[in-house]
Amino acid sequence: MNSENTAQSEGPTGYPGATSGAAPLEFRNVGKRYPGADRAAIEDLSFAVPAGEICVLVGPSGCGKTTAMRLVNRMIDLTSGEILLDGKSVTARKPAELRREIGYVIQQIGLFPHQTIAQNVATVPKLLGWDKGRTEKRVAELLELVGLPAEMGARYPSQLSGGQRQRVGVARALAADPPLMLMDEPFGAIDPINRERLQDEFLRLQSEIRKTIVFVTHDIDEAIKMGDRIAILREGGKLAQYATPDELLASPADEFVAKFVGADRGLKRLTLSHLGDIQLADGAVARVGEPAAQARQRAERHGADELVVLDGAELPIGRLPIERLNGQPVAAEDADPLAATAGRATSLRDALSLVVADRNRPLVVVEDDGRLAGLVSLELISDALRPPE
Amino acid sequence: MTTVFAQSEPVIPDFGRGSSCVRDADALFCWSWVKENWADTLQPALLQHIALTLIAISIGSVIAFTLALLAHRRGWLATPIVVVTGFLYTIPSLALFQLLVPFTGLTRTTAEIALVSYTLLILFRNVLAGLSGVPAEVRDAARGMGMTDRQLLWKVELPLALPAIFAGLRIATVTVISLATIAVFVVDEGLGDPIYTALQQTFSTELLAAGGLCVALALVADALLVLVQRAVSPWSRTVRR
Repeated sequence: MNSENTAQSEGPTGYPGATSGAAPLEFRNVGKRYPGADRAAIEDLSFAVPAGEICVLVGPSGCGKTTAMRLVNRMIDLTSGEILLDGKSVTARKPAELRREIGYVIQQIGLFPHQTIAQNVATVPKLLGWDKGRTEKRVAELLELVGLPAEMGARYPSQLSGGQRQRVGVARALAADPPLMLMDEPFGAIDPINRERLQDEFLRLQSEIRKTIVFVTHDIDEAIKMGDRIAILREGGKLAQYATPDELLASPADEFVAKFVGADRGLKRLTLSHLGDIQLADGAVARVGEPAAQARQRAERHGADELVVLDGAELPIGRLPIERLNGQPVAAEDADPLAATAGRATSLRDALSLVVADRNRPLVVVEDDGRLAGLVSLELISDALRPPE
Repeated sequence: MTTVFAQSEPVIPDFGRGSSCVRDADALFCWSWVKENWADTLQPALLQHIALTLIAISIGSVIAFTLALLAHRRGWLATPIVVVTGFLYTIPSLALFQLLVPFTGLTRTTAEIALVSYTLLILFRNVLAGLSGVPAEVRDAARGMGMTDRQLLWKVELPLALPAIFAGLRIATVTVISLATIAVFVVDEGLGDPIYTALQQTFSTELLAAGGLCVALALVADALLVLVQRAVSPWSRTVRR
């Protein structure tokens, strides 16, 4: 009741990203057993999702991840335990009312073919009895929020591409500014290139709207990319591990999880961290025109066998092995030009690739303005992979 | 002029108000007869025919709709309903009249009962097919967003079933327009009346005129239904990419 009021009074009146906030979600010893089934579909499932985080439910087919998600908005009713949304049990609510406060996105999207895009997006506001002006304003905001031109509102779903329909699906789920969103393989039916774009777009959107999200997928890479937390389920709806992506990859709880995340989990972990997250090595630098002796001294102090050469504007232009210091002042022509540089937003995985491609020589990392930030070596990258003590 | 013939030659049977071409045995179709008999024979018959059809389709729709909604809610009802309406559909119409006359007499009611029973199977099947043809994901999304069963039916399922419902209405309407001609066996109404009269004569104009009107009525009714269907389901004509 409370969150319904907030959703109506605050959210949709502000700027597109305006939010009535998010609600925490908790599964407490949740079980689901179908009558006549010899085995539970979900067994003793407990985990908590803090408000504003994406929790990914992942696992092999038949593990009950979709069932678990559908228990939340009572599309399926649980048979034991309880699910608390914002501290209140979902089973205490009327299903239809509860669902109007929970965004719902499914793989096939399920847009209404007989309604225009604008009418589709306005579905929940209409069910909640919003007036026409407020609904129209909200629809316009949402189309903008998901990056669709306003004139698309008058089209029918059959006139849209798959990616556009998917965006409409997200806009429709966000319409009444729900504190929780359920997403069942929302990008599953999209081709790989567009899927990646939609994932990135959605993460950007989420950084603005900060909803609590339960996201179901069978794809561990998608789980690692989208999740703040990942719940890995095994067959029979048992929780195998609930952890952040990094913990999951660094220390899988058991054989099943290790197998599910894959033997390349070390490399997957590298995609999670960026150069900005680790302590870079200060490179030994030499400035163009500097006396050779001074440069050599600095290299020795750093224990480095090569120097990063900076030009007059302090921008790195090349690398100079110390044996090329021949008594003459440091000259740009003596240095090897930089094959590649990385920024602080570069993932460790990409950095590793660049280092390996450059015969394991440390990679030059630059700030946004092009100035030297530091160096990253193979050792630094593998140190970052070491599990936390 | 024609009256002179009729009076001076009483042996010639009276084919209505004797048009100039009535005596002309070679003429297949006599326009002047149609013009002269429009107001007191053909037009009333046409209007009665339309009334017979509208009543049958309206009552048939209400019954078939109710049955289809029931069967949609409770799936097990579909088969028995199809069996019963299918049985009604297969009874020869003359036999059905024979069965009904002892109860409802030679009345319009008898004719309507027969006509309605022929619409039920067609309308029921189409409404039900339309309702159950709604894609599962559309239904799931509707429920997941908080529609009640009633809202799901009125806002999603029925609008999406409209093309199938109209397809059924078209078939049922055309069928009833054609079947309504045999209502003449129990009641002197509709285009069946002039057709029946004409069948007992050698004069072909009346048969062709009444039969032609019947066909024209069916075509016009069908076209009207297509137009209405397009107006109420504009989405069904959008280009699929």
